[in-house]
Amino acid sequence: MTAEIRTSDGELLSVKLKKVERRRRTTAFLLAAPLLFFIVFAYVIPIFQMLGRSIDNAEMNSFLTETHEVMQTWDGSEMPGEDVTSTFYYELKTAVENKYHGKIATRLNYEKGGFTSLIKKTSRKLKNFDENANFLDQFIDVHKKWGDIEYWLALKRGTDAYHFRKYLTTFDYEQKFDGSIERIPEKLRINVTLWLRTIFVAVGVTFCCFILAYPISHLLSVLPTRYSNLLMICVLLPFWTSLLVRTSSWMVLLQKQGVLNDTLVSLGFVADESRLELMYNMTGTFIAMTQILLPFMVLPLYSVMKTISPSLMRAATSMGATPFHAFRKIYFPLTYAGISAGSILVFVLAIGYYITPALVGGAKGILISNRIAYHMQQSLDWSLATAMATVLLIAVLVVYWLYNKIVGIDNMRLG
Amino acid sequence: MALPKYTEMRYRVWHYSYLVICTAVFVFLIAPLFVIIPLSFNAEQYIHFSDGMLALQPEAFSLRWYEDMIYGTKNPWGIAARNSVYYAFFSTIGATVLGTVAALGLSSRYMPYKQLIMSVLISPMIIPLIISGSAIFFSLAKLGLAATFPGIVIAHIILGTPFVVITVTATLSGFDDSITRAASSLGSTPTNTFFKITLPLITPGIISGALFAFVTSFDEIVVILFVAGGDRNLTTIPLQMWTGLREQLSPTIMAVATCLIVLSTLILIVTELLRRRSERIRGISAQ
Repeated sequence: MTAEIRTSDGELLSVKLKKVERRRRTTAFLLAAPLLFFIVFAYVIPIFQMLGRSIDNAEMNSFLTETHEVMQTWDGSEMPGEDVTSTFYYELKTAVENKYHGKIATRLNYEKGGFTSLIKKTSRKLKNFDENANFLDQFIDVHKKWGDIEYWLALKRGTDAYHFRKYLTTFDYEQKFDGSIERIPEKLRINVTLWLRTIFVAVGVTFCCFILAYPISHLLSVLPTRYSNLLMICVLLPFWTSLLVRTSSWMVLLQKQGVLNDTLVSLGFVADESRLELMYNMTGTFIAMTQILLPFMVLPLYSVMKTISPSLMRAATSMGATPFHAFRKIYFPLTYAGISAGSILVFVLAIGYYITPALVGGAKGILISNRIAYHMQQSLDWSLATAMATVLLIAVLVVYWLYNKIVGIDNMRLG
Repeated sequence: MALPKYTEMRYRVWHYSYLVICTAVFVFLIAPLFVIIPLSFNAEQYIHFSDGMLALQPEAFSLRWYEDMIYGTKNPWGIAARNSVYYAFFSTIGATVLGTVAALGLSSRYMPYKQLIMSVLISPMIIPLIISGSAIFFSLAKLGLAATFPGIVIAHIILGTPFVVITVTATLSGFDDSITRAASSLGSTPTNTFFKITLPLITPGIISGALFAFVTSFDEIVVILFVAGGDRNLTTIPLQMWTGLREQLSPTIMAVATCLIVLSTLILIVTELLRRRSERIRGISAQ
C-alpha cells in the first residue's frame, strides 16, 4: 500500500493539484473573458440578429395581425369574402391613423409590384368608405387592382410572421402564388451571375496570387538576409499602405487616359483611338485585387519556405534527381502548409471584397458584396440583403473551418 | 545566387528567366505606389504625366495640390485627418488592452475551450466587412450610438482586436516559462513578475499588434460607411477619399495618397525595428 502524499499543510497532494489547476483555468478564462464578452455582445449576437432579418416579418405581421388570421381560412381559389376585406379595412384604418401605412406599402411592394401606389391611394380614400356597404366592391372602386386576386394573395403571404422567400430571390428563383417555385424571367436574373462572378474572381485571384507569389517567396527565402530584407520592402510597403491609396493608384494606371494606356500609345503598341478598356470591367477588378492581396500570399509562403533546409534539394540532386524532379518531389510538397494558409486567406478576403470592385470594377466588375451594400443602402430591401449576407457568411465560415482544420488558428501569423 | 560553372545551358536559361519573372512581380507590387508620388506634384489638373514632367522641367511641377489639401475649403481634409487620428488612437488603446489581456489568458496551458474561443475572437477579421459593417450598424443604431464618436470607436475596437490577439499570442508562444518561474522562486509576487519580466519581453509583440490595430482603424472604410451615416463632422481620410474617388480622380487625392504612403513607410520602419529588437531579445541573431 502506497503512502498518501500530503503537502506541508496536510492536504492530499492530488487534491491540492486539482485545486491549483482549477484556479489556473479560472484565471486564464477570466483574462480572456472581457474581450470574449465584448466580441460576443457587440459583434456575434448582432450578426445573428441581423441575419434573422432575412426571415423575420414580425413587424408586418403585427401591423395586420387580424387580417392575417382571418386569411388563414381563405383558400385563395376565389376572391376573399367580406370577413377578410372588412378586417383589412379596419386594420388599414388604424395604420393610417398611426401613420405606419407607408411601411406596409413598402413591404407589400416586395411581394408584388404596384402595391406602393395601391396602398397609398387606398389610404387616402379610406375616409370615403361606407362601413355598411360591401367592402370588396368599394376597394375595387378605389383601385381596380383590388379586383385582381393576386394582390389579395400577396397580402396573405406578405403578413406571414416569417418566410424563406428571400433565399429563393438570392438565387434568382421565386415562389408563385400557387406555391410553385420557378426561375425569375431571364432579363431580371442578376444574383446568380454575381455569385458565379464572385466565386470566379475569388478563385482566379487566389490562383494568380499563388502563381506570382511562389517564385518571389522562394527568392526571398534563399537570398542572404541583407538582400531579402530590402526586397521584402516591396511586399511590406503595399501591405501597410491604405487600401484606398492602392485602389486609386490602379485607377490612375488603368484609366482610358491613364498611365498604362498613355505608355502603350506613346510606344506605338496601341493606336490612340483604340485604347484598351482596362477599367470598369472584370479585367480591372482582377488586376487590382491580385496586386492588393498578393502580400497575404507571399507572407505565409515565405515563412514556410524559410524553414526548408537547402540541403534537402542538394541531397536530392546529388542522388541523381534533375532539379525539376527534385523540386516536384521534395520542395513543392514541403510548401503545402504555406500554400494552403495563403490561399485560404486570400480566398476569404477576396470573396467579400467591396471597395476595389466598386471603384475599379464599374457595373461589369461588381461582386456580391456590392449587391449586398446596394440592398442595404439604396433599395433598402434589408431582408434580401441579409439573406445574401447569410449565404456569403456560410461560404466564408466553411472556408474558415477548413483553415482551422488544415492550418490551425493558432498558427496564424501576420507580418 | 551565382550559378556554378558546370550548370547546363537549359538550367542557365531557366535560372535567368526565373530572376526576370521575380523582378516583374516585384515591379507589379511596388510600381503602382510610385506612380502616385510624381503625379501629386503635377502643375496641371489632369492626372497624367505631362510632356513637361517627362522632360523634368521645374515649371511642370508644383505644390499647389498640397496647398489645396491643407487650405482648400471644398475638401474637409483637416477634419478628416483629425477624426482619423482620434478614432485610431482611442480604438488602438481599447483593442490593445482588451487583446493583450485576452492573449495572456489564451496562451495559458490551462485555458479551457481554447480553439473555440480563439475562433470567436478572430472572427471579425475573417467575416466579410460588409456583413460586419451592417451588423454593427444595426446594433449601434439600437443603442442610439450610430453616427456618434463612441459608436465608431467601438466598431474599430471590434475590428482591431483580432490583430492584437494574433500578434501577442504569437509572441507568447515563443515565451520561455522558466523565466517567470525563476522570478517567483526568487520571491517575486505574480504582479511584480508580470510587470518586471513578462511585459518587457512581450512589448514588441504588443506594439506590433497595436500598430495593426491603429492601421486597421486608420484605413477602415467599409464599416465606417455604414456607421458614420454620412455625417460630415465624423468623416475620415478613407471616407473622404472614397467620396472623392467616386466623383472624380483629382490631383488633391494624389497628394493625400502620397502623404499616406509616407505614413506607411514610417510604419514599415517601426515594424522592422521591432522585429529586429524582438529577435535580439530572444537571442536569435539579427543581421
